[in-house]
Amino acid sequence: MVDFFINWAANVPAFAVPFALAALGLIVTEKSGVLSLGAEGYLLMGALAAAGASVVIGDHSLVAFAVGALAAAALSLVFALMAVTLRANQVVAGLVMVFLAQGLTGLIGTQQGWTNRPIAGLDRIPLGPLADIPVLGPILFRQDMLVYLTLPIFFAVAYLLSHTMVGLRLRAVGDAPEAADAAGTSVTIYRYGAIIAGAAIVGLAGAYLSVGVAKMWVEGMSGGRGWIAVALVIFARWQPWRALAGAVLFGGIEALIPRVAAVGLQVPQYFMLMAPYIVTLAVMVYANLNKSTERRFDEPRGLGQPYLREERR
Amino acid sequence: MMAMELSGVSKSFDGFHALSAASLTVAAGEVHALLGENGAGKSSLMNVAAGLYQPDEGRICIEGRDVLIDGPIAAKRLGIGMVHQHYKLVKAFSALENVLLACGKGRYGKSIADVEASIRRQSAAIGFEVDLKRPVGALSVAEQQRVEILKVLVEGARILILDEPSAVLTDKEAEALLGVIRQLAARGAAVVLVTHKLAEVQRFADRVTVMRGGRTVASVDPKSRSIADLTALIVGEVQTEVRKPAAAPGAPILKLTGVAGLRADGHRALADASFELRRGEIYGIAGVGGNGQSELAEILMGVLRPAAGSIEFDGVGEIGGDGARRRRELGVVSIPADRQAYALAGDLSVTDNYAVHGIRSHRFGGWARVDGRTAQAATAAAVAAFEVNGVQGPRQKTALLSGGNAQKLVIAREFATQPQVVVVHSPSRGLDVRATAAVHRRLCDARDNGAAVLLISEDLDEILLLADRIGVMSRGRIVREFAAPVDRQAVGMAMVHHD
Repeated sequence: MVDFFINWAANVPAFAVPFALAALGLIVTEKSGVLSLGAEGYLLMGALAAAGASVVIGDHSLVAFAVGALAAAALSLVFALMAVTLRANQVVAGLVMVFLAQGLTGLIGTQQGWTNRPIAGLDRIPLGPLADIPVLGPILFRQDMLVYLTLPIFFAVAYLLSHTMVGLRLRAVGDAPEAADAAGTSVTIYRYGAIIAGAAIVGLAGAYLSVGVAKMWVEGMSGGRGWIAVALVIFARWQPWRALAGAVLFGGIEALIPRVAAVGLQVPQYFMLMAPYIVTLAVMVYANLNKSTERRFDEPRGLGQPYLREERR
Repeated sequence: MMAMELSGVSKSFDGFHALSAASLTVAAGEVHALLGENGAGKSSLMNVAAGLYQPDEGRICIEGRDVLIDGPIAAKRLGIGMVHQHYKLVKAFSALENVLLACGKGRYGKSIADVEASIRRQSAAIGFEVDLKRPVGALSVAEQQRVEILKVLVEGARILILDEPSAVLTDKEAEALLGVIRQLAARGAAVVLVTHKLAEVQRFADRVTVMRGGRTVASVDPKSRSIADLTALIVGEVQTEVRKPAAAPGAPILKLTGVAGLRADGHRALADASFELRRGEIYGIAGVGGNGQSELAEILMGVLRPAAGSIEFDGVGEIGGDGARRRRELGVVSIPADRQAYALAGDLSVTDNYAVHGIRSHRFGGWARVDGRTAQAATAAAVAAFEVNGVQGPRQKTALLSGGNAQKLVIAREFATQPQVVVVHSPSRGLDVRATAAVHRRLCDARDNGAAVLLISEDLDEILLLADRIGVMSRGRIVREFAAPVDRQAVGMAMVHHD
């Protein structure tokens, strides 16, 4: 039983990191008032680009992650153009990004021969003596680089959002674009920045899926994690630390699937695969039933609304 | 040298002249009131000064220098600060964060300390108390206004523009605010006070400029003029009389007693409305916009449930709790102010929009089938009878009609069955002279056919022209009633005098 627990817990971070980073990227974008449904697409783009980079330049994981993040950021420029400059419906523009990325990554992967091709990927790095602590060691200190990096990334983004002028302006643009505009903050620039930076973080999550976990590119390998991240953001009320907690919860459920099978428990496989989505549904219901008064300022008020100055009538 | 001089400023929106050659001169150390009716151009002129609107023509001179104000930042740099009627605050932010957003420079930690010190200094000087930590969305309206004023002061504004600051305040709060405004002027600021309250102007302003129809018509010392003089300047002097047969009012058909209505944000916009509508007369509701007229209209349409009071329909009894469908069955029809939102579906055809009134009566087919031919024929007849121009065919999209023709289509539909009570809200908004006259004629016809017409309008001319009796609405109540013929000055005075 203890072995089962340790095995499971040691695998949770690897499953939680993609959710955590994807949700964090979405929070950055959505705090600026842009509804981002394209996460699934950015995950795929990041995964493909990182795997491709590993194939082309060999075993340089850091470079592969950077390429994954940049590729997703580049793709998000299309979304930014539609959602901010052209003021298109953000829901439609976000969905378009998902379908665009699904087609594009499938095409490039096949053409370049990257699909299903094994790559070296990330190794687990035991942190010296810490790794030998019983129980905690294998769970916390025998992880790969990106798991270790996730916490600093969360600290950095949370600090940026709540303790810098850039973060203040970004939140103002998302909550009351007309007030931000009157205060001399460019809504366009901040929204572009938030979309690109957010997509880069989601791309990083995607890169982790291919380079860190599967160690190859498989078509459609994001498997709906982008959608779960969208729900996670709502559940977390757009707060990074709550999103991290939610990601650990979802990662925990996902990590349970292979463990249960390995132990030989007779649980229908499809039920287990469905579990994350059932939890997502439950989370959405919970989030909407629980709208207490102090929480009413969590959701960016300008979310999903294109901004245009000098509107009369 | 004047703090601010605006001369010959013009601005139009889609062909509507919001400002035509308006001029305003404000000196440092004075409180300068800008008076005028709704839509006179007061807010537009001030938005030009604050850099929110770019004028089509005109000169702006700040502290003796010709300047171009091409945005809010430029205005801020010139020392112009505006407190808008609708506060430009981030509701989720604390007061401190809001001020920081507007005038934070450099690093966050340092600026937050600077700004906090500056706010404390400013608020101590003028005796403001504001909770700096709570989200401003959780503060009262008066507190939010203080945050706005502090924001402008911390920015270092020397020219302060306050757009109808007392409109949302209680009497006591307004009194305190105006005291603060006097203090600010005494400390050397130039203050522009946009308002429509004459008593306020007489007590607190050094000078007053009056606007009418986008023009500045006079600039005088308010203490040298009587309230009646000022009213005359605001509403204009002579009116063309229109001949309409005298009313032959019949029995009361609708009786409102103590009706109250809440706005979506919980504000009791309609406080206590009581009046009677009689058959064969037009009852006009006059008043400055935002005093509960919209809520009254929505309650009578059946869109908004009254929060209190009773609405009695002659021979039927209480109908306050009934929805729009039941009201229509009783013959209560409505012509709402926002016809695109409430009266028409722009993407649907003219025929669909007209025929929708016949759904319940099965005039154009039953629940399973629509008799398109009958509907089209009826629409064509109505379009001709009500002179709706610009209809190319029965399937034309309604959104393509001009404002006047869209309004005529609404009237054609609402009058398709003999109405008992007609609720009309600002029927001539955005209409030209000819279309307005046509609409007015229809309302008079309805009256002569024995309907009771309730005309809610912010346009005093329209009320005076059509109404047989007038109720003046202020702060959600009917404060005075007049019977035609009415003294224009008296009505104008009741509109702006709340005490």
